[in-house]
Amino acid sequence: MRFGVTVFPGTNCEMDTYHAIREVIGEQADYVWHQDRDLSGFDAIVIAGGFSYGDYLRTGAIARYSPVMESIAEFADKGGLVLGICNGFQILTEAGLLPGALQRNAHLQFRCGWTHLRVENADTPFTSAARKGQVLKIPVNHGEGNYFVDPETLAELNANNQVLFRYTTPSGDATPEASPNGSVENIAGIINKAGNVAGMMPHPERAVESILGSEDGRYLFVSMVEYLTGRASRV
Amino acid sequence: MSKFDKPWVLVGLKEAEYHKVIEILGREPNDVELQMFGVMWSEHCSYKHSRSTLKKLPTKSDRVLQGPGENAGVIKVLDDLAVAFKIESHNHPSFVEPFQGAATGVGGILRDVFTMGARPVALLDSLRFGELSDPKQRHLFAGAVEGIGHYGNCMGIPTIGGEVYFDDSYKGNCLVNAMCIGILHPDKIRKGIAKGAGNLIMVVGARTGRDGIHGASLLASAEFSEGAEDKRPSVQVGDPFMEKLLLEACLELFETDAVVGIQDMGAAGLISSSCEMAARGDVGIEIDVRKVPAREEGMKAWEFLLSESQERMLVCVEKGKESEVEAIFQKWGLLSAVIGTVTDDGMVRVLDNGEVVANVPAHALADEAPVYYPEKQEPAYIAQMRTFDFTALPQPEDWNATLLRLLNSPNIGSREWIYRQYDHMVLLGTVVAPGGDASVIRLRSAAEPEMHGVTRQAGLAEGDTLPARPCPIHAPKGISAKIDCNARYVYLNPKRGTAIAVAEAARNCVVTGATPVAITNNCNFGNPEKPEVFWTFAEAIDGMAEACNALGTPVTGGNVSFYNETSGQPIHPTPTIGMVAVHENLKHLMTPGFKNPGDVIVLLGETKDEIGGSEYAKVIHGVLAGDAPELNLEFEARLQKAVLAAIHEGIVTAAHDVAEGGIAVALAEMAVAAKPGARGCQASIFVNAGRIDGNLFGESQSRIILTAERDNMMRLRSLLISHGIPHRLVGDVNDTDRFQLAALQPGVESEFIFRRQDLIDLPVDELEKAHKEAIPQWMSA
Repeated sequence: MRFGVTVFPGTNCEMDTYHAIREVIGEQADYVWHQDRDLSGFDAIVIAGGFSYGDYLRTGAIARYSPVMESIAEFADKGGLVLGICNGFQILTEAGLLPGALQRNAHLQFRCGWTHLRVENADTPFTSAARKGQVLKIPVNHGEGNYFVDPETLAELNANNQVLFRYTTPSGDATPEASPNGSVENIAGIINKAGNVAGMMPHPERAVESILGSEDGRYLFVSMVEYLTGRASRV
Repeated sequence: MSKFDKPWVLVGLKEAEYHKVIEILGREPNDVELQMFGVMWSEHCSYKHSRSTLKKLPTKSDRVLQGPGENAGVIKVLDDLAVAFKIESHNHPSFVEPFQGAATGVGGILRDVFTMGARPVALLDSLRFGELSDPKQRHLFAGAVEGIGHYGNCMGIPTIGGEVYFDDSYKGNCLVNAMCIGILHPDKIRKGIAKGAGNLIMVVGARTGRDGIHGASLLASAEFSEGAEDKRPSVQVGDPFMEKLLLEACLELFETDAVVGIQDMGAAGLISSSCEMAARGDVGIEIDVRKVPAREEGMKAWEFLLSESQERMLVCVEKGKESEVEAIFQKWGLLSAVIGTVTDDGMVRVLDNGEVVANVPAHALADEAPVYYPEKQEPAYIAQMRTFDFTALPQPEDWNATLLRLLNSPNIGSREWIYRQYDHMVLLGTVVAPGGDASVIRLRSAAEPEMHGVTRQAGLAEGDTLPARPCPIHAPKGISAKIDCNARYVYLNPKRGTAIAVAEAARNCVVTGATPVAITNNCNFGNPEKPEVFWTFAEAIDGMAEACNALGTPVTGGNVSFYNETSGQPIHPTPTIGMVAVHENLKHLMTPGFKNPGDVIVLLGETKDEIGGSEYAKVIHGVLAGDAPELNLEFEARLQKAVLAAIHEGIVTAAHDVAEGGIAVALAEMAVAAKPGARGCQASIFVNAGRIDGNLFGESQSRIILTAERDNMMRLRSLLISHGIPHRLVGDVNDTDRFQLAALQPGVESEFIFRRQDLIDLPVDELEKAHKEAIPQWMSA
């Protein structure tokens, strides 16, 4: 299994994502430079977090025009798995691969810290190793993570089970206080209609070892491996 | 006589200094040369007032690979892993424009560390403002925090810790000190040196503009008066995105053999970097300013030389390898330009389109600034403070309320409002996050592929399969770091107060299980030309030297920031200590929160009735007076050794330093940080002599609270006895969610019959609320 981890100018979570996949999950990973167009040989692409192009203009707005994004769109079109984490989620919405937009956090401050995510749909290539309703402890780190989408698309997302995670209390209640950013309906992550492109603001790669405070982030990567290999593996 | 008849005034020099310039050159300097001397001989660049005093500091040990004099100090951790670290102030820019001032402070210290060849892996900050009741201070505080976050978050370097104090003495001159830690291979230290006549001098990174001109000479080397906003054009504007690219490009460049030396273009920009590199290599440098990529047209030669545009480096490159450098910087979308060559005549020669505009010996600029031995005089307030009669202060009537008020003080309460705005997790190293005593990062080997100047091509060679490693922690080692200074103690007793700052920073690292190995320091003082200020500085350095010698933590570098005054009123002297400690094995990682009900609480060290300089005296009684707490460095070293031994034996379940707010606050902090199921304690404090409040809330030094399982008590006590550490069992951890504290006093009839007074009984939730709200109650959001 070979994961591609994208690197745009200003990406800064690529080393962590690489570490999580390669050293903790035990699969192969490679960096994909923003000017590369050749994604052959990759089974899945992770768009890593950070501040691509310094967040100038708008988060993800410049990165989405990179050569690699054209290839990622084609890759997704053919059914390839794409996971966008934090800035990766922002880039995917800017690229139109996922609906909605990530606005400035409602309280206008940057926020770094642990959040709890309720798994809303465990029947996807990104969450199959978890159970529906399970609460995962995974941290956020963003200034613009306030997910917004128009009411019709929101209804559609809900109807199609496209909401992957909501911010909740540790016991699983989606209260306003449990959200770090004011997202509509506490949405923390979504998936496209076809079920192969996912975006989430929290950082699963930061929660893969107990010494870092949680191992729940492994569910994402292990689910992807399961889906691609057809093998069940343990988190 | 107008000031134009005194050319030295325009560049911040003294008349005698101007005559020394003439003596060195054998002629009058021209305008460009005068500007060069002005900035290189400024306090900020030359340390002309502090240099002679700083010589007293110890700078060597087996671990020190690079001491003071370079961009950052370097210590050895493993055979293949070293740590570079340094602290620097950005006080005046932050007071003028808090967001950009603090942001560029972070940018500058990051460059200092990665020019050494290190990948930065952690940031810490030390902040000082006036009281939060003042809206101006809230603006400065919020702006500085946002600026620090803006830069560090975008760079992807975790801000793992820091400290903040609010005190009126900083209301006209805030302090922003930033510290950075990076990792590198011990054999791959890069230096700011130029060598080899014919080699090339290149500027890499951002374009040069007119910003930040005179930042070092006029902003950093003079005191403030009213209307500091006029100096706003001297504050630089940072671009962390540009610096992230510069960092990755430089680390990639270091993998080649093209680089002879490299230096950050920080204070005094091109001129200081070029003449320092030349002086270190004992060579000359010839540069043409018109070859420097400029942000705008029409810049004058001296503007190129003095510009403090951020995110630039000066590199000495092996002749013929410039295209390698260009290719790397081009890949990262950055500029690079050859602007000159190394010569063998020892002169810094500046050309403007081929025409010589300055020709000055490099050593004269870099090393021959006059050295001053300023007058010293003990300030009158010190003796006056010591006469204060604490017995006149009433004891608290409501002890519960007193503890809650202390926990709710912004100087004691939770710092979460600050660190939740900082990325403190990126790079997957943070194993003890901000909020405890000292923060801890685990070390991954600098040789690991993902930490290396990464080769970023898609697709590996056939058959290249790296198996997953069984243990995700590669090096079981870590680094603990703490930035610390209680300036009230330094104000009351500069020498002892500074020794306490060193001891306490070390103690904070020790309670995490780490062995302190070295410090960097940031001396923030007033105008050194005032004998009272200079006396304070000299005393502080004496205290620092004593403590560093006693604790085996040499100084590997630092920063002196003088002229921290507004309208003649200096700040409290603040010699901030940045301590680095090594974790030999992270399995012994220790934190302050209670772990298990039934654990026994043990207080190490001696408690005296010491209210002087305490947060209790200030918050409850509005008094700053008396003397700093006593400090016995021999005992401190023994205590730290004993606690490390106990932690490494695995017989300790929690450890916490007793600091501001005394035992009562330290225990409350342990309860607030407790694991679920261990949120409660019952403790009795033995009051041997003096007042109860002095014992409970006083800040006697060299005290640590440990908890241990009851079955391990015998082992723990025999270890403490063998190290000669006085200690008392003061209570137990329980699951009642209540915090109960009593005082035991010798009885009136017999000193062997104790009188017990139950003083504090509060739900831990209430403690937590007071602690948590300390800063948010003043700040919106």
